[in-house]
Amino acid sequence: MACPAFGALAGGASSSARPGTGAHSPEYLSQGSTSIFDPAATPSHWIFTLSMFVLVITLAIFLIVAGLLIYALIRYRHRNLETYNEPAQIYGSNQIELAWTVIPALIVVMLFLTSSRVILATEDARKPADAVDVVVVGHQFWWEYRYPKLGIVTANELHIPTSDPQHPTPTYLEMSSADVDHSFWVPRLAGKMDLIPNRVNTMWIDPETPGLYLGQCAQFCGVQHAKMLLRVYADTPAEFAAWAAEQKKPAVEDPSVAEGREVFLHSACVNCHTVSGTMANGRFGPDLTHLASRDTIAAGAVENNADNMKKWIDAPASLKPGALMPPMHLNEHDLNAVTAYMMSLH
Amino acid sequence: MADSVSSLPALEAIDPTAEQSSRRLFFEVLHDWVTTVDHKKIGLMYIGYALLFMVAGGIEALIMRIQLAVPHNHFVSPEVFNRMFTMHGTTMVFFMGMPILFGFGNYLIPLMIGARDMAFPRLNAFSFWISALGGLLLYYSFIGGSGLYGAGSAPDVGWFAYAPLTAKAFSPGHSTDYWTISILLSGIGSIGTALNIVATIISMRCPGMKLSRMPLLAWLYLVLSNMVFITVSPLTAAQIMLMLDRYAGSHFFDTQAGGSAVLWIHFFWIFGHPEVYILVMPAFAFMNEIIPVFSRKAIFGYPAMVAASVGIGFVSMSVWAHHMFTVGMGAGANVFFVLSSMVVAIPTGIKIFNWLATIWGGKVRFASPMLFSVGFLFQFLIAGLTGIMLAAAPFDWQLNNSYFVVAHFHYVLVGGILFAFFAAFYYWYPKVTGRMMNERLAKWHFWLMVFGFHMTFDFMHIPGLLGMPRRVYTYEPRPGWEILNLIVSIGAIFQAIAVLLFVINLIRSNYKGDIAGNDPWDAWTLEWSTASPPPVYNFASTPVVYSRRPLWDIKHPEDPDWNYE
Amino acid sequence: MSTIPITPDVAEEPWVLPDRGTVGMVCLIVAESAIFLIFVVAYIFYMGQSLGGPTPQQVLQLPIFITVCLLSSSLTLHWAVAALRKSKIGACAAWLAATVALGTIFLVGTGMEWHHLIYVDGLSIRTNLFGTTFYSLIGLHATHVVVGLAMLLMALVFALTGHVKEEHAHRLDVLALYWHFVDAVWVVVFTVVYVLGR
Repeated sequence: MACPAFGALAGGASSSARPGTGAHSPEYLSQGSTSIFDPAATPSHWIFTLSMFVLVITLAIFLIVAGLLIYALIRYRHRNLETYNEPAQIYGSNQIELAWTVIPALIVVMLFLTSSRVILATEDARKPADAVDVVVVGHQFWWEYRYPKLGIVTANELHIPTSDPQHPTPTYLEMSSADVDHSFWVPRLAGKMDLIPNRVNTMWIDPETPGLYLGQCAQFCGVQHAKMLLRVYADTPAEFAAWAAEQKKPAVEDPSVAEGREVFLHSACVNCHTVSGTMANGRFGPDLTHLASRDTIAAGAVENNADNMKKWIDAPASLKPGALMPPMHLNEHDLNAVTAYMMSLH
Repeated sequence: MADSVSSLPALEAIDPTAEQSSRRLFFEVLHDWVTTVDHKKIGLMYIGYALLFMVAGGIEALIMRIQLAVPHNHFVSPEVFNRMFTMHGTTMVFFMGMPILFGFGNYLIPLMIGARDMAFPRLNAFSFWISALGGLLLYYSFIGGSGLYGAGSAPDVGWFAYAPLTAKAFSPGHSTDYWTISILLSGIGSIGTALNIVATIISMRCPGMKLSRMPLLAWLYLVLSNMVFITVSPLTAAQIMLMLDRYAGSHFFDTQAGGSAVLWIHFFWIFGHPEVYILVMPAFAFMNEIIPVFSRKAIFGYPAMVAASVGIGFVSMSVWAHHMFTVGMGAGANVFFVLSSMVVAIPTGIKIFNWLATIWGGKVRFASPMLFSVGFLFQFLIAGLTGIMLAAAPFDWQLNNSYFVVAHFHYVLVGGILFAFFAAFYYWYPKVTGRMMNERLAKWHFWLMVFGFHMTFDFMHIPGLLGMPRRVYTYEPRPGWEILNLIVSIGAIFQAIAVLLFVINLIRSNYKGDIAGNDPWDAWTLEWSTASPPPVYNFASTPVVYSRRPLWDIKHPEDPDWNYE
Repeated sequence: MSTIPITPDVAEEPWVLPDRGTVGMVCLIVAESAIFLIFVVAYIFYMGQSLGGPTPQQVLQLPIFITVCLLSSSLTLHWAVAALRKSKIGACAAWLAATVALGTIFLVGTGMEWHHLIYVDGLSIRTNLFGTTFYSLIGLHATHVVVGLAMLLMALVFALTGHVKEEHAHRLDVLALYWHFVDAVWVVVFTVVYVLGR
């Protein structure tokens, strides 16, 4: 199902195809358009329209000025090296100066007004009653998502409902940071917005088409800024409701992985991670209650499978050097047990 | 007529006491340079120092481009990559850009306004050495701490070092301290030299050199020096605060204690944006001197050029927050900064049109200084237009911190400013050394540089449009990212070769270049009236000027400029 | 040949340019003002933002006496320059001494205020945002007073040892410019910290 298109700037429609949970091809992590010229939500559409307008104007200016320059350089090049007389000296003209002050000024006013319209429309948009609220907290180097109305806490993979223009259900993101500055950038959905500690910023997104929208942190936030990837899953309202119901449940207690669960609860894991229904309630790292329901681990850096999970628990730096999770120093047996436990947390 | 011409002091600057310098001991020469207060020697030291740092910053850029040539590369570790882009940015702005512009200013301004030295020669030497200390301290960080492996404790917080990444909690060790203190020192040097330039231009002009007759270069340096006071000082203040936070435990940018991260962002860009205009002012200045001479026409619209420069100086103080469209300032502030940022386009446009009008109707000679000037004109035009795109805030919500921004400001800094500096090197080299630079090598340099520049920075815009953020040490192979990054990296190699040719030309021509004479370009400003290289005292007797182009008046006594001004 | 003029016929006005020392000092003052402006902005920005006490209302007293001392030191320095202009070296030295004394009283007063704040009220630069911005702003100003005092002291010593003559008046003038600036900054700091911020 995941067959990404290589249409660069225009993007590919297929990139919005919802990947099946079973079919994880390696490209699946990275492929998919992140082009700003392939908008899939209202804010990004508005920006796209504005950017086309600005591009046309600047291109016209470029063609005119560069054309004049080329003409002047060719027409007035020094042809005959023998002649020694200087050309006529012209010192200036106030009329001409006035002309090339006024015309750019008019262009500036036009660009200013069109930009302002988009700014006001985006930032002062009225929030519909059906809007979904998500609190986004940036961490070094992962994303925490909290749905206060739904009572869900998850990490790194943001699920939102699609929005029907007739009955808009946009998602409002209230963003802050637990440590340093980050920036939330999913180019196909909206422009970016910074996550700053001690401050709450708001943005909204409303994709119409279901699918996976990729992005990544856009504000340098430390060693692993590069692998702080963003995955936004736009689900149909029914899919979203099903997902939310699933996420609200406490953690699965599969008796076959009881041993791994014991190891987990008796190691340092619980200081940083939460698994609801257990004594693990740390908040420094991602919530693991439904870890196995996610497609990726390490903030989108690698696919979520037993192999990667084991590597990650054993030595996080092997997948993501600089990640703040310490190596757990478990013996092979315990490591396998914890991995199995993690993979059972659907 | 011969009598009356030679009675003009400007032409009588041949050094009567010039002694043939015999071979001297290395330490004597060194002592001479270290203790000098001569504006020309200090200017050259500034330039040499800047070139050294340009090479260092260039090597850092190459390391980054090798790392990014292919996705998931392991050429350097993320830690080293972060140090590289921090050092590259810091170096190029503070230890290449600032020293080289002060170097040219130091060398040229007294010569162009008919003075014998700067207003405060000893302050001049102090400013240079304190800046030099800053640069050395910054680079000592490579070998300080844990040594060369892993790039020691070189700063790794980015050149705008957003709080609270710089707080002790997130930046333990001393890397950020190296950054802070070296920039503090360089800032003191910058303010000292800027003060010197203003005092020189205001108080040291030769008789007749009214403000309205000054070469435009002097005007632009006057504007940029005043901008240094108003913009570098806030950076100095912010660095003091950061140091207090790190050493005394204060809470200016400590978000845990109620401090504000956004305050640092404001303070930094109150410096950071005008800084770009400070760097571009000398480029304007060189264009104002070079384009007329090689078009054989007086600059078109001198008063408009002065007004536009002063205008840019003022407007640039009110645009800083266009770097902050994504920090959530609110619609009102965003709208204001869209307007102020776009207004900059108007005076900048006036400048480009005036240069165009200067060329119009002239007789353009494409010697190497003019070639680089033409490169400047086209590339600066494009840089300005991508700047307009970034000033449209919603567009910037997408483009901010993407590779598009990186491409845009490198278009300004390399395509604009560096090309202008190359033009200035080729133009004034004969005055400084008495010899011409090799024109063949210069043309190779130019075409390789143009090719490499466009290969790198034209293509660098596109990954930004495709969603690639800056400052990532590696990236996923998303559609289009791979091939574009490879092209960008290959272009960097061409630029490196071009700069190498330039450096070879610079050194070789000093020994093998053709003898230049006093006035190889048939130019019109005062520095060309004295010997090449100029004697220690610049002019044997103080020149007197009657128009903006004193040498034109002498060369064309039948039609002097003062009839038209 | 002599019919072609090499200089314009119109006579130029006499060529007088501003004193470079004054120009340099004005530039320095502009730069310093920008530094102070940033610290003042930070102070105002963080007014009432501290997470804990003590607050300015609880601990700050109006420093009227030292303010009067500092402001009057501007006057005495002005008289010192005026005396030097008239070649009255003795009077100049006396006024300089008065200026140094008044400046020193200001510094001692600030020191006593800090001592009280630190040891009695328990306010240090680490305590809260008020402490952070207060000590850095007042400290920055006090540093400038110290620099000014050092230079004034040098001028005083030169005056007492007979090295100052009337032709040095413009140099003392430049120094006076700096000192007046330091005083003017105090007026701003006083208004922001002790009047608006309290």
